[in-house]
Amino acid sequence: MNPDITLKITDREGILHEIQAPTDMAMNLMEIIRSYELAEEGTIGVCGGMAMCASCHCYINSNHDLPPKTDEEDAMLSETFNIQNNSRLGCQIQLKPSLNGLKINIAAEV
Amino acid sequence: MINTDILIIGAGPTGLFTVFEAGLLKLRCHLIDALPQAGGQCSEIYPKKPIYDIPAYPEILAGDLTDKLMEQIKQFEPGFTLGERAETIEKQEDETFIVTTNKGTKHHAKIVAIAGGLGSFEPRKPPIPNIANFEDKGVEYIIRDPEFYSNKKVVISGGGDSALDWAIFLTDVAASVTLIHRRNEFRGALDSVDKVQELKDAGKITMITPAEVKGIVGIDKVEGVAVVQNGGEEFILKTDHFIPLFGLSPKLGPIANWGLEIEKNAIKVNNALDYQTNIPGIYAIGDVNTYPGKLKLILCGFHEATLMCQSAYKRIFPDKKYVMKYTTVGGVDGFDGTRKEAPKAVVKKIE
Repeated sequence: MNPDITLKITDREGILHEIQAPTDMAMNLMEIIRSYELAEEGTIGVCGGMAMCASCHCYINSNHDLPPKTDEEDAMLSETFNIQNNSRLGCQIQLKPSLNGLKINIAAEV
Repeated sequence: MINTDILIIGAGPTGLFTVFEAGLLKLRCHLIDALPQAGGQCSEIYPKKPIYDIPAYPEILAGDLTDKLMEQIKQFEPGFTLGERAETIEKQEDETFIVTTNKGTKHHAKIVAIAGGLGSFEPRKPPIPNIANFEDKGVEYIIRDPEFYSNKKVVISGGGDSALDWAIFLTDVAASVTLIHRRNEFRGALDSVDKVQELKDAGKITMITPAEVKGIVGIDKVEGVAVVQNGGEEFILKTDHFIPLFGLSPKLGPIANWGLEIEKNAIKVNNALDYQTNIPGIYAIGDVNTYPGKLKLILCGFHEATLMCQSAYKRIFPDKKYVMKYTTVGGVDGFDGTRKEAPKAVVKKIE
């Protein structure tokens, strides 16, 4: 069984949460945020995780090796507001052991 | 005034299936939806995505699920108020309800079933500081009547299907069309992208990419937009209209002010019984409701709709005796006079 990993997530109010996330349940970053209710239900993961709504937009603040953006994610981000170079869609980042210690900020709701 | 037994707010899969279950109980339904078509998220956000957890369908496209539901409820002749958002509700002395939309359409119903999903789809507005001052004064988030742009200069911003499709359409109507997008790549149907390329080459669409609209200039109405291209100097582009098309996002909206108990952007219901809200006669079913253990799944919405209709029947006819009947036994009698039933078994002696 894969070990749990620690994630450092700053919510939309600026509060830092250090949480434990499983890596053996095919969960992504958007889903772990929802499971800990770090963003209000109905304001995150609106499309369910299909890279079609950008409600899980977040900023990556550590140097972890992330999966490259697919064309779909890249296109969705190009239509999203408040984009930075470190913007990603949480639903497209699968949790795996190498992401232990990942630091992110959840982007403001738009 | 539109009169019906059950007024369903939201024409997504749960709302549509409610028509079927109500129809079996001889109750008529009318649906209101803010979108111009039925299907909710299934038709608006992901019509081409396959769904794998609809019982008995190993795989079905969200768009096809909508079509099948429309076919299944056809004989119960549902009414539709589309492209309008349910705005206010007034409970009458006789315990019925009047629901009025943002366009003033009034609906009178014995029962209200809110099947509103995550809410009504509202346009996503770009974070331009003074944009609100120009709404309906040259800034439009939704194109209602293309002729409105006849001989006007138009700037469209966005990189998806609606930005592409409207840019193409308005070239025949507007004095000029400029399409501004943050990147050189567009996300849309391949033929739309090709068509825009063709119109650009023919000088009918001006493209400014990679670029962003940063501000709006004008006194009483839009006179131009401030554009930054490729990180360069901001410049002013003269225009009569600025149309940001960045897709839609669902908002609970006016329903939040109906006096219903709300928790986590959803309506609390009694799931031990019938999915009724804290206001008797108003039910909430599908993704819009919440209760301990709630799962936002289409199949759960179908179940909730079924129980809700039985309860609605008892509320309308408190003294009538009724037991649920299987469709295999009772068949389906449509309000349009059609009847579906199982073929009779052949009973014949073998000599």
